[in-house]
Amino acid sequence: MRRSFNRPDYIAHTILVLGVLLFAFPVWLVFAGSTQDSDAIMRGDLSLMPHLANLSVYPRVLLHGTMGTEPVWHMLLTSFGMAVAIATGKIFISVLSAYAVVFFRFPFRQTAFWLIFVTLMLPVEVRIIPTYAVMAGFGLINTFTGLWVPLIASATATLLFRQVFTAIPDELVEAARIDGAGPLRFLRDIVLPVSGANIAALFVILFVYGWNQYLWPLLVSTDPALDTIVIGIVKMIGQETQTDWSAVMATAVLALLPPVAVVVLMQRWFVAGLTEGEK
Amino acid sequence: MATLDIEGLRKSFGVTEVLRQIDLSLIDGEMLVIVGASGCGKSTLLRLVAGLEQPTAGRIVIGGRDVTAFDPSERDIAMVFQNYALYPHMSVFDNMAYGLRIRGLSRGEIARKVEQAAAMLGLDDLLARKPRQLSGGQRQRVAMGRAIVRDPKLFLFDEPLSNLDAKLRVQMRAEIRKLQRRLGVTSLYVTHDQVEAMTLGDRLLILHEGRPAQLATPMEVFEHPADTYVAGFVGSPTMNFLQGRLVQDGTAVALDAGPLVQLQGRRAGDAVMLGIRPEHLTPDAQGLMLAVDLIEPLGSETLVHGRVTGASGETITVKIAGAVAPVETLTVHLQADHAHIFDARTGKRIDPTG
Repeated sequence: MRRSFNRPDYIAHTILVLGVLLFAFPVWLVFAGSTQDSDAIMRGDLSLMPHLANLSVYPRVLLHGTMGTEPVWHMLLTSFGMAVAIATGKIFISVLSAYAVVFFRFPFRQTAFWLIFVTLMLPVEVRIIPTYAVMAGFGLINTFTGLWVPLIASATATLLFRQVFTAIPDELVEAARIDGAGPLRFLRDIVLPVSGANIAALFVILFVYGWNQYLWPLLVSTDPALDTIVIGIVKMIGQETQTDWSAVMATAVLALLPPVAVVVLMQRWFVAGLTEGEK
Repeated sequence: MATLDIEGLRKSFGVTEVLRQIDLSLIDGEMLVIVGASGCGKSTLLRLVAGLEQPTAGRIVIGGRDVTAFDPSERDIAMVFQNYALYPHMSVFDNMAYGLRIRGLSRGEIARKVEQAAAMLGLDDLLARKPRQLSGGQRQRVAMGRAIVRDPKLFLFDEPLSNLDAKLRVQMRAEIRKLQRRLGVTSLYVTHDQVEAMTLGDRLLILHEGRPAQLATPMEVFEHPADTYVAGFVGSPTMNFLQGRLVQDGTAVALDAGPLVQLQGRRAGDAVMLGIRPEHLTPDAQGLMLAVDLIEPLGSETLVHGRVTGASGETITVKIAGAVAPVETLTVHLQADHAHIFDARTGKRIDPTG
């Protein structure tokens, strides 16, 4: 769809290019830095041209880590597992609770919804001590389960799915009732496929949210085997003079790749969902 | 195929009484059209029969089986919705097959039934498509197909044609009627469109504020409307009403506007409303004087809108064959044998006593 404004394209392009530069420059700087000598970086002598001969830093951190941390591949795996568990868990729980709130009539339905809604206003940090106590009570400190379980309740996702489900026409629900679909069957056959695009979009957002978790993993595990990539990067930055800056930067670049991959892969899926749906 | 009996049906939402008292019986294969202004409770009645709402009181009996407490899926009914309510992510085939799959029919049987229905509706080439790839008329057909494949005892139509354009509506109207006759399935059809109501129904039920105003064949409703509401609802342009008083021992009406109208037969009553359709008013040398407000030429005929001169001032529409030259006033004659007499207070029809 072309607008009929008589405005040359190059203005729009210039603005877009500036935007791209603004976002891409720090990433490029990190990539260039990862291939340079740590001393040069310490001196603030950072060249914008990567030294391609030094790309060997990538296999080195992937396989061995640096400054005594776990190998980066292991931390990436932990992070990936945690992010997938958080995203999946959040979607599972919020789909079910939104489904209950939208499609069933039961006493205190609105109260339940508002209680969920109110927790939106409580940041994770506020309830982190009681959460820690509960996890300790379950004996989940220093376990992989402990990394993701407390993070899967999500008021935001519940709210979002409530909006999505509310938009499903009543007639569709009634047609399914006449066809004889029970509640779980209706959820599986109609509600989930119809909301596929929203689930994909939310998965992307929640995956990135899970990937970027710092405070909770820092608290709940002291076992280096459970270090996520975000924790790992922080651990690599020891005393400033001794830090292996090129390794830190290489790790940062590696830490960027999985979320980018998820966004790119899921994007194709949810754009397809968006253009196919009738809504 | 089955009969439908509704006994003493009432429905309230909180303190609002939507349906006050409905009693109906449909014979096997009959099509009953439920018609009324919006908010008259016609959709609620349909939803009660479907089982999507629970009645406050009364019984619903389909084919001799009391289904009042049953779930929609156990009532052996099929419903066609106004916005079609097709599952957007399923193909046409899957939309029609979904209910059969839930009932656990075999794959081969489902395919056979769906293909049979598709052939009947001319959907053979569209089975693989998604609803969004179909036109409005095609979607309507798929919705019909979904109803047909179930071999239900009862079809329920909830204003199925109101989302279609005028031309398609006429075509689909005829198709629905042909299909319903051919399948011989007892049907309830809700609409607010009086043309649909007149052409589709074996009988009409006119609902007014949750009560049946009249239940009769379309021609009966047109020729002998039970009250002023029905008289004003059926027929286009709408019937004219003139206030008057029965005189000469109930054999004539003295209109407040002046003229005396001689009636056939004797009627009991006092203050009355005389109803007369626009086509039963003819220009004449003497009769009712109208001040003309607007002349609408419709081609083969012309509508003249005016007001009765004098104190009463009722608005009157006259339908005249052919063209009409612009005039300030018009005098019309009432064809007395086409006049309907209603009680002015209750609005009920007054028939001659003998």
